[in-house]
Formats: sequence, structure tokens, C-alpha cells
Amino acid sequence: MSAHPGHGGQGGHPGPAVIVTGLRVEMAHGGGDIVDEVSFSIAPGEVLGLAGESGSGKTTVGLALLGHARRGARVTGGSVRVGAIDVLSLTDRELREVRGRIISYVPQDPAAALNPALRVGTQLREVLRAHRACASAREASERIVEMLREVALPAEPAFIRRYPHELSGGQQQRIALAMAFACRPRLVVLDEPTTGLDVTTQAHVLATVRKLAASHQVAALYISHDLAVIAGLAQRLAVMYAGRIVEVGAAAELLAAAAHPYTRRLVAAIPRLTGQEPLTGIPGRAPAPGDRPPGCAFAPRCELAAAECRTAMPALAVVGAAHLARCPRAAAGGAVTTGPAASRMAGLAAPAGTAPVLSAERIRAGYRDVTIVKGVSLAIARGECLALVGESGSGKTTFARAIAGLHPPASGRVLLDGQPLAATARRRPAEARRRMQYVFQNPYGSLNPRRTVRQIVGQPLRVLGGGTRQAADRRVAEVLEQVSLPPAIARCYPDQLSGGERQRVAIARALVSAPAVLICDEVTSALDVSVQAAIVELLTRLRADLGLAILFITHNLPLVGSIADRVAVMAHGQVIEVGATRTVLRHPSAPYTRQLIASAPALGPAGRAIPAWPGRGQPPAPAP
Amino acid sequence: MASARSGSPERPGKVPAGTAGDEARADPPGAPRGPARRARGGVARFLLRRALMSAAVLAAVSAVVFAATEALPGDPAQAILGRSASPQALAALRRQLRLNRPVLQQYWDWIAGLLHGQLGMSLAAQEPVTRLLADRLVNSGFLVLVAAAFSIPLSVALGCYAAWRRDRAFDHGSSIVLLVLAGLPEFVVGVLAVVLLATTVLHVLPAVSYLAPGQRPWSDPSALALPVATLVIAVAPYVARVMRASMVEVMESDYVEMARLKGLPERTVLLRHALPNALGPVFQVIALNLAYLAGGIVVVEYVFAYPGVGSALQAAVLAHDLPVVQVLAMLIAGVYVAANLAADVATILVTPRMRGQL
Amino acid sequence: MSGTGLPGPAWLPAAGQARGAGALRAALRLRRTRIGLALLALLTALAVLGPHVAPHSPAAFIARPDSGPSALAPLGTDYLGQDVLSRFLSGGGAILATAFAAALGGVIAGVALGLIAAYARGALDALVMRILDVILAFPPIMLALVAVATTGPSTWILITAVAITTAPRVARVTRGAAQPVVVRDFVAAAEALGLPRWRIVISEVLPSTLGPVLVEATLRLTYAIGLIASLAFLGLAANPNGANWGTMIQQNQTALAVQPWGVVLPITAIALLTIGTGLIGDGIARAFAGLDRGREPG
Ligand code: SF4
Repeated sequence: MSAHPGHGGQGGHPGPAVIVTGLRVEMAHGGGDIVDEVSFSIAPGEVLGLAGESGSGKTTVGLALLGHARRGARVTGGSVRVGAIDVLSLTDRELREVRGRIISYVPQDPAAALNPALRVGTQLREVLRAHRACASAREASERIVEMLREVALPAEPAFIRRYPHELSGGQQQRIALAMAFACRPRLVVLDEPTTGLDVTTQAHVLATVRKLAASHQVAALYISHDLAVIAGLAQRLAVMYAGRIVEVGAAAELLAAAAHPYTRRLVAAIPRLTGQEPLTGIPGRAPAPGDRPPGCAFAPRCELAAAECRTAMPALAVVGAAHLARCPRAAAGGAVTTGPAASRMAGLAAPAGTAPVLSAERIRAGYRDVTIVKGVSLAIARGECLALVGESGSGKTTFARAIAGLHPPASGRVLLDGQPLAATARRRPAEARRRMQYVFQNPYGSLNPRRTVRQIVGQPLRVLGGGTRQAADRRVAEVLEQVSLPPAIARCYPDQLSGGERQRVAIARALVSAPAVLICDEVTSALDVSVQAAIVELLTRLRADLGLAILFITHNLPLVGSIADRVAVMAHGQVIEVGATRTVLRHPSAPYTRQLIASAPALGPAGRAIPAWPGRGQPPAPAP
Repeated sequence: MASARSGSPERPGKVPAGTAGDEARADPPGAPRGPARRARGGVARFLLRRALMSAAVLAAVSAVVFAATEALPGDPAQAILGRSASPQALAALRRQLRLNRPVLQQYWDWIAGLLHGQLGMSLAAQEPVTRLLADRLVNSGFLVLVAAAFSIPLSVALGCYAAWRRDRAFDHGSSIVLLVLAGLPEFVVGVLAVVLLATTVLHVLPAVSYLAPGQRPWSDPSALALPVATLVIAVAPYVARVMRASMVEVMESDYVEMARLKGLPERTVLLRHALPNALGPVFQVIALNLAYLAGGIVVVEYVFAYPGVGSALQAAVLAHDLPVVQVLAMLIAGVYVAANLAADVATILVTPRMRGQL
Repeated sequence: MSGTGLPGPAWLPAAGQARGAGALRAALRLRRTRIGLALLALLTALAVLGPHVAPHSPAAFIARPDSGPSALAPLGTDYLGQDVLSRFLSGGGAILATAFAAALGGVIAGVALGLIAAYARGALDALVMRILDVILAFPPIMLALVAVATTGPSTWILITAVAITTAPRVARVTRGAAQPVVVRDFVAAAEALGLPRWRIVISEVLPSTLGPVLVEATLRLTYAIGLIASLAFLGLAANPNGANWGTMIQQNQTALAVQPWGVVLPITAIALLTIGTGLIGDGIARAFAGLDRGREPG
């Protein structure tokens, strides 16, 4: 590649701080490329967002910028230039000099990336020492204090002497930020640094990143699967799919008028706070490295695919001002077709005034001396979808498990069809166990890895009794079809499936006994956005087809607009606001809800900015 | 796949703690994150609790030893003297073993004696157990210490180096050698060593490590060479394998990758970031194997006719010399328990995270 | 997917086989597992068939003690004048049978205790583990020595003593492997369905712990063989004068210089046996590690 695509021509800037050309990373023992033909540049003080879903190779690119490849991978081509330094041609020794001083890295999971056996002060100091950034120990101490202030951490000696496990997740990530900016590098690679954090903490960390990058004129590569986060942070955006950059351009323009079919579908899959819109997922799954088709890797899932798409890999081509896309039909596409789901939500309203199918009364639950759920009452009508929203620590999952009989509550009761239920599932009648089903958060943990899909989905039928094996197998085939999985999948083991497929299997297991209520506990939080959208689509369709009531538990506020009739907001073990979805999202009454909405990163019509959170990363106590 | 380790949804099973589900399940309360200050008092309390627990285990061990030797159904006196024993001899033995008292009383007398240092009389040698074992204790202690001094650094170094050279020739080669050696019983190693170095093939070292009465083991290093080598070969492979596994895991961790991406010198990465975290589980194994040495000396001392407590135990068992067997069993179990206690303490001391949770 | 078309069946992986069985098959493809199995088979065959092909009775005195190889005794005679070859051919059965029985008993008891402790958690878990700690405070060989001190060795006492030393170690490994499994959501899913506890333990938890348990089982078999042989070597075989590899080594050790065969043959057999079981265990461990790696989607 000779051109450095899409660098915005904002006049007056010096040359780019970073120029990446034709980067290629392969699997170490053959088996093809992980990423290829990756080219971009970043100006000093600019944040380039690198977006992509699982397996797109975005982290591989980020690490290659530091001259690093993980076990099993090898950088085999291209160049990375930071100023005058050609990173990929450095010796190990020279690389050590560059890493941490000229190019630094902010990890995804600081809880794992900070050494548990060393104090945070030691870990900060050793970067300065390794790069001889400070003349004396005293100067280093001063620098550490300064660094901590910059990332809004208390710079007291007691804090510096803490171990990583003594900090909150947000504080750990800010330590990592301080470390990355310590030697005033020219390039910082941020690898999903806010993924594990609550929205409020996340908003603050993002504000810190932006401030640091701007004030020190550092070029930043911000890697994320979350376009909404990138929208508020990055000036420009590159989207990766199957190891290639498929589209690059100014962030606002790219999100408002995506050119590449994949980007368009991806944008359509993002839940928005601004209204009850149906989400549309992307059918199929992304090809794994080594398993990619010739030609355009998106072709098997692309509605616009033509014969020539399957033979030759299209090149990045200009589609607008400093806007490139890797698709010859990029400009031709119109709006994304949203399919028949668009009209479904409108027809779905819970019948008013019917008796609730499931209700919980004054549930209190916790562990020994700690009460996590402090008297929560909620009721769900037949066919209704109620979203229960709260940040981690709010007690929402404990509440859901108490309803399902997995976590006996200290007091309060659960009624199904008006009948009170025993505290533990084992003591509930089979009919109650049949009519209420639970779908777990993490499809990688909720399916027994040693069983086939048929055995997993058929388990409720075996346990709850009734029917022959043939009848059970027929029923399993039926629900697999309901969740849009091909029949052949019944013979597979969970490890052969993608995350989205696994979650569909988990939903099929919940559906197989024809329940009346589904408790969905963060069922999309472990999934990519496009897969999340597809699961939400599926749940919406199932509601319409089967008249299911759903308790949809999530931390993701924008998501509820696309699925729920009513929303209950939970904080500190209590429900602080309940109401119709539209009302709560548009006119929240509790201050906590307002703050939650304000700090949720969202794709506004023009890529709204993220407000800085004034607090210290803790949600405020709920208003009484 | 390399790319499987990137973005959050790409790491199944490890859902980010924040977005994921709820606090409650991942992090049971009662172990809240506390400031470092709490640790001090916690460590003291932890030590006390562990010491008390060890004492309780030893008490239970004494009950097992007593039950296995004297309280089993049947008449120990008859079993010891054989069917042809005269009634007088049987009666005398019963009196000496206090078999005519109630079982609990017998047990109590025995424990009280142990605690007062009255270890009883050997049936075979007809002399106090204390006198019989004093020298042998020194001999065995010396043997175990020398074996430990060689085997621990050797195995830790081997394991670390193999992990560092992971999947290279040294790693593969050492893995096979260690695997083969790890399963061999000590006496096989010992006798093979005798065949190779002392009798049949070469004649460079003495086949037996006999010590004249009053002779100290350190006076003749060549006599110690084979028993020490045998013990090292019995223990080191296992420890080295665990060390390697632990080190490999730590080298794969995010914080080691992060240390490299910070541009730290490789030596700092290995010695400061990797090793302390890898040593945690290894302490347990070192302790287990120190303790294992305490058991291994039974066989090794017998192979080399080395006058220690191990060969004494073998002789006492063959001679049904119950008082000696009981004392030695308690002694070796005590070493075992003490080694495990030390390992727990060491693990806590190198793991700040555990210190915080006490 | 709202009717946009299902993904074609082309991406569907070949239907899998049962995971545990798959790993065992993968283990069989490793060279070390094959060598290990070959060694184990060879020595088992030797122990089983040996007594039938031995030229003499193992207890017959056929020549002068410690005589060299001759037409009558191809490998010479031992310290009593019995045929070394015949005693070697007859001496494996006792060790192998006792060790197998002890390891099997210990593994079954240990797996049961470990699973119960891991699934019950709380007080029952603590109680079981404390009891096991007491047994773990004895070096393996000590418990057997104490057990035979009064009444002398009998086959049943040896089997019981070795099984008792084996069980806690297996229980620890099983519990360790089961602990991350019992908190996974597929166990909660079974609980929400109201599946009885014992069925959850057996059908949901146990299969996922199979890898570490099998590895530990082969390791324990290795150690059981070593223990039983060591006891015989210390003069504590069930039959003190019977043909037994351990006993042979003890009895002929003093005459090593003049008649090495009486020591070298049985010691080689025991070494190869323990090496064989060790290799099998390592092969299984590698195969299951590969299985677990493969589970992460690429
Ligand atoms: S190149 Fe063809 S298949 Fe690929 S995105 Fe464009 S239209 Fe679709």
C-alpha cells in the first residue's frame, strides 16, 4: 500500500505521529493470516478508534504496534513507523527501549494486568526507572504524585503503597493509564480499557483518556468492540472485519452514513437511548482466521454480494472526503433493510389489567450478614417484558436468582399464577419449574461442555418427565427451529458453537418446556453487538409468537428501549423507579436514573459527546 | 488462536467482572477489599489459627497411630510374641504395654507420657526409646537437610528454566527425563545407584553408608553421596514439574505480558514479576516433598544401611516393637505437619492478595 | 435472524464425539501414551503368564546358592539356591494385583469424597477435608508401616492401608477440579430444573472433572505399585518368602557383586512398570489439556 488512507486533512497539523502500512500477522504454524493489509495513520493528539467484533483481529493489530505478537502469532509483513522509528525492524533490546517510553499500552483487564504481588507505586516507579525518565528517586516520587493527580487518583503515600486488589476496577484502570502516560509517549494503544467498568466509571475513564491525549499531544489508538464508546471519544474510526480494515473515516460521518455493508449492519445493531427502535442483528457468523473465504470475507453474510465479491478481495476505495471503504458497492447501498421485525414491537403491548403471571413480594436476600436485595417487589403481567436495570452491585442478579429458586431469600415470597412458591427450586412442584425458565448470562458457562446440544436442550424434558424419547427429540428439533438454529446443530458440542449460537441453545433449553415466564439474566452482555441485536430480535419474536412474559435483566440502559414494555431501575438493593420504558428513558424522575442515562455512551444522531462524571467513580446513593 | 485472546467477548468464561452479572456470586462478601492495614492483625490471627489446626491434626494422628497399633481387635501381645509364647511372657508383655487397662486410659497414659518426654522402653532392645533414637535422629535430620539443600534449588531452577525455554529442546528433554524419574520408587533408584556406582558397573562409591557408633554423618561425605543422591532424585522431579507448570501459567498471564509491554528488562520480568507469583503454589509442593523426604528416608536408609530413624522404623516394624513404632510415627507425622504449616505461612507471605483476605 | 436466511450448513463442524472419549482417543495418538501402554501390557502379560512358563517351581532349591548361569538355571540361582528366572517370572503377580486393587479402591473413595465436598461446600466440605488432612499427615509409606506393625502384613491390610493413603490425595484433586465446575451456570440450570443432588453430581459435575481424575488415577497407580514393592523390599510382603519382585531385590542385594541377575531383573521390571504408568498419565494429561485449549473459540 502506498497511500496512507483516510488521514483527515485538517490543515496546520504536523505530519502523522504514527504510520502503519500493510501490516500482516500470521498464525505461527501456518494456517493463514490473522490480520492483513492494515494501514492507517494517527496525528499527534488524535484518537483513532479501531472497532471490530470478536475475532476481527483488532487486539492483534494493537499489539503489533508495540512489536508484540501473542503465542501462536507472528508479525510477517508491513511496517509501523512512529516518528523516525521503524518498530517492526527493531531488535529485542531496542524494542524494550521503545515500549513504555515511546509507545505504551493500556490493557483491557487491569485486574489481571497489574501484578498482584507488587504495590501499585512499585509498578509505576519501575516504568520510570526502566526508561531512566527521572534523574533521581526523589524526582520519580514527584512524578508519580503528578501522574496520579492527572488521572484523578489520590496521591497519598498510603494509596501508593496499596496492592492492586485493594483498588476498585476504575482505580486499577486509572493506574494503568497513569503508567501508560508516565514517560510522555508518542503513541498509546488502549485495548478496550473500559470494558469491565460500570457506565459511570467508564465515562470518567474515557474523559481522562481524552484529556491526557489532547494535553500531551499523544496519538492514541483506541480499540473497542463498542461503537458507542468510540463515537464519543475518537475523531476518526476504522472498522475491522475478519482481519481487514473494511472502512475508515471521520467518526461522526462514518456512524451517520456508513458506506460498507458490514458497518451499516453493525451501526443498525447498536441500541439507542433515543427511542424504541427495533434492533437488527447480522445473520451468520464471522469467519475464524484460517477459515476465511477467498474474496470479500463478508460475502456469505452480505445482502449485496455479487459473484465478483467471492473471487477477489476488494481494495479500500475512496467513498467520500477522507472516507474509504473496502467494497465496490459501498456507495450504492441505501438504508439497511430492517426486515419484518420493525413492526413487531408496536403490536406488543402487555394486556392491561390482567393478573400478574409472576410476582415477587418484598424479597430480601443476601449472604450471611450482608443484605444485597433489600425488599424488592415486582410483578410481570402475562406476555409482558419487564426490564430490570442496574449497575453491577445493585443486586439485580441476586434478585433474579431468588425468584428462580437458586438463592433462597431471607424473607418475602414469590408467586407464580397467584400461587406462592417454595424458596428453593428443588421443593417447587414440577409444573412451577416448567412454567418459569431461566436463561443465564454467560453462554460459555451455562452449557455443559461434555454434552451435545440435543442432550442439553432435551434435559428439561427428561427431568420434568413425560413423553417418549422420539417425542422429546421432535420437540428439541422444533425449538431449535424456533431459535433459528439449523437441525444439524443438535449433534454438536457447545465448544463447536459461536457465542451467539450458544446463547440460542440456552434459550432453546428454556423454551423446550413451553414456559410462561422467561428470566433472562444479562443474556447479551457476553456477546458482540451484532449478536446481541440478533438475540434481542429473537426474544421479541418469541414474545409475539408464544405470548411469553420476560424479565429482562441488564446493565445496558440503551438496550431496554428495544425490548421492554416497562423498566424498573435498581440500585443498592432497591427499586428506585418503575415505569413505561418510553417514560423512564425520556423523562426519568429519579436523579440516579438521570445520571445513568447521562453517562451511558450512546450514538446520538451526531455522535454525542460524553459528559464527564464529576464523582469518584461511585454511583450516588439513591434518593430516598 | 492468537486473536482469541483479544476483545472482551472474545474471552469467554472470563466475563469482565463489572458488566458481568452481579457482585454477589463472584465475590462473596465477608471478604471485602480492605486497606492494607488490616493485614497485620490478620496474619497473626491466621498463624494462630493454623497452629491450632496443626495441633488438632497431630492429636488426631496420635489417635490413629494408637488405634492402628494397640486398639485393633485381637490381642497385640499374642500378635507380637506369636502363638508359641508362654502365658508368663504374655502376661509380662501385657503389663508392660498396659493392655490390662481400659482403652481410653491406655491412650491417655501414652499421650501424657509423650508430652512429658517419657517415650517408653523398646521391646526389642530393652532400653529407653530416647537413648535408642537420639543419635539416629541427628543422622536422619542431617541426611534430610542435605537432600533438601540440594533438591530444592535444583528443582526450582530446573522448573523455571524449562518454563522459560518452553517448547524448546531443553524443555522437551527435561520433561521426559523428569517424568521417567518421578515415578520410580526410591528403592529402585537407590539399588540402581548401587549397581551402577558401587558394585556391578563402577566401584567409585561405597554401597553402604554405615556409621560406627558415635561417628557423625558429616565426617564421611562419600558415605552420604548415594543416599543423598537417591533422595534428591526421588523428590526433585516432582517439584521441578510443578514449578514448571506454575511458571508457565504465570508467564502466560496478563501481568507478565504487561511488564514486557512496559519495556522492562527480561531479567526484571522474570525475577520480579513472574517468579514471586510462581513460587506461591510451589511452596506447598516443596513442603509436601520435605515431608515426603521424611517418609522416603525409611526406604533409603534401609537400602544403604544408614543408621537413622528410617531404618530404625523398618526394624521396629519387623520386630513388632510397638513403643518405637509409635514414637517414630508421631515424629515423622510431626515433621510432615510442621512442613505444611511452614508452607502455608510462606505462601501467605508471598501473596499480598491472600494477606488482604485474612 | 428475522428471516434473513439461516447460515448454510457448510460452516457446521463435523458432529463431535463424546468429549471424554475424544480426549482418550487423542491420548492414544501420542507416542508417550503408546509406549506407556505397551510397557504396562508387557509387564502385565509377564506377571500373568510368567508363572505358567517358569521352568522351575519358584520355591524349589535347584543348585548351590548364588551360582552363576547354567543349563539348569539360565540366570543362575539366588541366595537360597532357587532359580532366579523362575522366581522372576512368578514374582510380578502379587505386586500388580495388590497395587491395582489398592489404587482402584482409593480412587473410587477419593472421587466420591472429593465430589461430595466440592458440591456441598460449607460445613460438610470443611469436615471432610479436615478428616483427610489427618491421613495426609502420614507420609504414604508410614501409614502402611504402622498398620502392619502389630499384626504383620496380610494382603488385605496392605490393600486397605495403601487405599487409605491414596483416597485423600485423589479427593483433593477431584475437589479442586470440581470446585470451578459446581459454580458454573449449567449446574445452576440443573438445580433450577429441580434435578436431585446426586444426579447433578454424577451427570453434570463428574464428566467435567474426568480429565484431572484420570490423570491422578494413573499417578496413584504408579505410586501404589511403588509402595507395595517398597514394602516388600522392606520385608513386608504378605508372604515373606514368596516370589515377589520386591522381596527378590531385598534378598539378593547382598550378593549383588557375584549374582546381579537376582536384583537387576526385578528392579528393571518395577522401573519399566512405573515408567509405563507414568507415561500413560502424562499422555492423558496432555490430551485433556489440548481438549481444554480447543474449547476456546478461535
Ligand atoms: S464486497 Fe461484496 S460481499 Fe463484500 S461487502 Fe461489498 S458487496 Fe458485500
